[in-house]
Amino acid sequence: MQILPEHLINAINAATENKQPLRIRGGGSKDFYGNSQALQHASLLDTSTWQGVVDYEPSELVITARAGTPLVELEKLLHDHGQMLAFEPPYFSASATLGGCVATGLSGPRRAYTGAVRDYVLGTQLLDGQGSILSFGGRVMKNVAGYDVSRLMTGAMGTLGVLLEISLKVLPKPAADRTLCFQASTPEAMAIMRRCATEPLPVSATCFHDDQLYVRLSGAESAVQTAHARLGGDEIKDKDDFWESVRNHTHLFFQEGSAAGKALWRLSIKPTTPPLSLPGKQLIEWGGALRWLVTDEDADAAVIRTHAADAGGHATLFHGDKTTIPVFHPLSPALLKIHQRLKQQFDPAGILNPQRMYTEF
Amino acid sequence: MNSNQLIESFRKFLPAEAVLHAAEDLRPYECDALSAYRQLPMIAVLPRTEAEIAAILQICHTGHIPVVARGSGTGLSGGALPHAEGVLLPLARLNRILEIDPAACTARVQPGVRNLAISEAAAHYGMYYAPDPSSQIACSIGGNVAENSGGVHCLKYGLTVHNILRLRVLTIEGDLLEIGADALDSPGFDLLALMTGSEGMLGIVTEITVKLLPKPETVKLIMATFDDIKKAGEAVASIIQAGIIPAGMEMMDKITIHAVEDFVHAGYDLEGAAILLCESDGMAAEVDDEIERVCAILQASGATRISLAQDEAERQRFWAGRKAAFPAAGRVSPDYYCMDGTIPRKHLAHVLEQIEQLSAEYGLRCMNVFHAGDGNLHPLILYDANQPGELEKAEAFGARILEICIEAGGSLTGEHGVGIEKLNQMCLQFNDAERSRFHAIKAAFDPQLLLNPGKAIPELHRCAEFGAMHVHRGAERFPEIPRF
Repeated sequence: MQILPEHLINAINAATENKQPLRIRGGGSKDFYGNSQALQHASLLDTSTWQGVVDYEPSELVITARAGTPLVELEKLLHDHGQMLAFEPPYFSASATLGGCVATGLSGPRRAYTGAVRDYVLGTQLLDGQGSILSFGGRVMKNVAGYDVSRLMTGAMGTLGVLLEISLKVLPKPAADRTLCFQASTPEAMAIMRRCATEPLPVSATCFHDDQLYVRLSGAESAVQTAHARLGGDEIKDKDDFWESVRNHTHLFFQEGSAAGKALWRLSIKPTTPPLSLPGKQLIEWGGALRWLVTDEDADAAVIRTHAADAGGHATLFHGDKTTIPVFHPLSPALLKIHQRLKQQFDPAGILNPQRMYTEF
Repeated sequence: MNSNQLIESFRKFLPAEAVLHAAEDLRPYECDALSAYRQLPMIAVLPRTEAEIAAILQICHTGHIPVVARGSGTGLSGGALPHAEGVLLPLARLNRILEIDPAACTARVQPGVRNLAISEAAAHYGMYYAPDPSSQIACSIGGNVAENSGGVHCLKYGLTVHNILRLRVLTIEGDLLEIGADALDSPGFDLLALMTGSEGMLGIVTEITVKLLPKPETVKLIMATFDDIKKAGEAVASIIQAGIIPAGMEMMDKITIHAVEDFVHAGYDLEGAAILLCESDGMAAEVDDEIERVCAILQASGATRISLAQDEAERQRFWAGRKAAFPAAGRVSPDYYCMDGTIPRKHLAHVLEQIEQLSAEYGLRCMNVFHAGDGNLHPLILYDANQPGELEKAEAFGARILEICIEAGGSLTGEHGVGIEKLNQMCLQFNDAERSRFHAIKAAFDPQLLLNPGKAIPELHRCAEFGAMHVHRGAERFPEIPRF
């Protein structure tokens, strides 16, 4: 049993006193994400040693672990019991921790079909900017006691509190998995992706790039077989490698996006939006709801953001020149006001990852 | 601003019939489905549009008048209980389905639309809205958002929070918040989750975009009888352990079986100590496989009878018993009090034993229905309000049940909300600092605390007093709270 992270509380108290911002960090696999350069002079608050699975009973479908627990260990344990994190979190590097996964709120290829990390967070224990240890939610599937602070923390980039412990709903691994490949134009691929969403088929991921559409089916063997017969397409062999490369951005497309002089944009939009005409290359996931865009670094951010907004969504600068372009899509004044007030309440001294999300807080 | 001035200012933009102030007109609004708590509002105002809501809120904000939003009034925790010096805001007239987009699998609706009406409208496209609270024929989607309502298919399909994409929300300060998006995520904090289940304390929801799902091809239902409720609980754990997530999994105890069988003749086995309903949905072959596996597990777990509904009519009949549990309680007892605790499933047998002991202690019968898949227990305490002291006994019994759920590592409410009813138990589940943060969140949206004041989150002094009451029972629960 580890002792409560006293050094974390001490660091927060000291930071409050010295008005010294803190940069919360687990395994550092998502250091690049958000306005990281805003925190280059901040002190490091290392959560990576706060590790360990606190509670896991497969028949309850709930796992509780400390924030610094490596994601790879967590997923290995679940795998050994035939279970998984259904939102397929991206690692980006092997050092990824559970805390970083929840704080960034990023989900992988399965997201459009089984839900995002926020859909599986049941409870959190956190340390807020006043050094208080707080618990919200719990280890049960249904819980409407109090506001849903656990989900509020998910994707808040550490700006409202330091995650200490997280309880997640887990799911059984599907019995069968099959990936189909189709040669298709963009409109043809979009049509198949919509069919996958509107018909009751066991689809667990879709990805379109370079005239190839990949559709992953997951579920009972019989369901996968029937769905394959219905959709057609050729089964591919190295399916795990392919989805792994999309999930963790090792696919050549994403590699190009993080190269010098290039930018990688993430456009999250209404799934039925027709192909976006923007300069650069695109990769489409989530049945059309996620469009990755690789452009030149100096591409006009305003144009990209207008396209995303017109399509009912938003655009994030994943990789690129973050010194001149805000990473996250601007908030409306009314929403910004609420964000600033929440920040003020949870972190009155403004020491937790300030400006990692928005320069205003 | 007195009530006459208030009425006058509302009438400037609302027809007379939309501004209610006479006691006889207000009477239908004095309570929600938790009728033990009753209160007439000062005025009830019935808007038809978002613009009218904005104008009403502006007047209340200026005049520091409390506002309590109300959907269909089917809530079970007194969340829509009116405020004596406040305005009640029933949203039932905002009842239009604005758009169904079958390609995007969404429906855009006003808050007063009934839950079931969405699925009925979507049926034309072979789709439906998944969360199905038992009151779905009457309850409104706005109320579902306020309470984060569930239903009998939550384990597989999630709660309201998992099935909505976007909200339009008016704050009491007059801001229109566009929360969520037509996309699967949106920038900034997850305010969609924060709003869901916030019990009308943070803002007034004026429009909701929900997700629709394609209807499964095949649905099949198994009913299993057990001679021991423990065995039924173990069967549930074994099914999940085997990697099966049934579409629905519901359990009833002996007293419930008898009450509902008498009422709806669902064909339940009266010899049983527990009945488990287990539903599979999906593609035909997949459902057949799953049913076969579930049957094998039920057999191995010691089920005394296993029946597969042979057709849709029989499936509906099996379900009818479970869905009639609440009215059946109303038939066998003049009154009943419905609880809503959640527990880690492994503690089911232990919790049920404790409830049985309490039932003897208080001299009140208790029926237990259980969303077995997700650990949500609905004990129905049977009592007679005409017998002096019985309501108080039922409330004390109920409070003890919630405390047992919290002790077992669960929650005091799974889907009915805290409302006015469970404020004391909130003191047990959350400490001083945690409750302070809840109040801080409230203040971020509603600095003057005008929206649904006094609900959902207890004031700190209330918890200190409640804690003091518990000390008398010999259990010091809140050493950190100052006593006064």
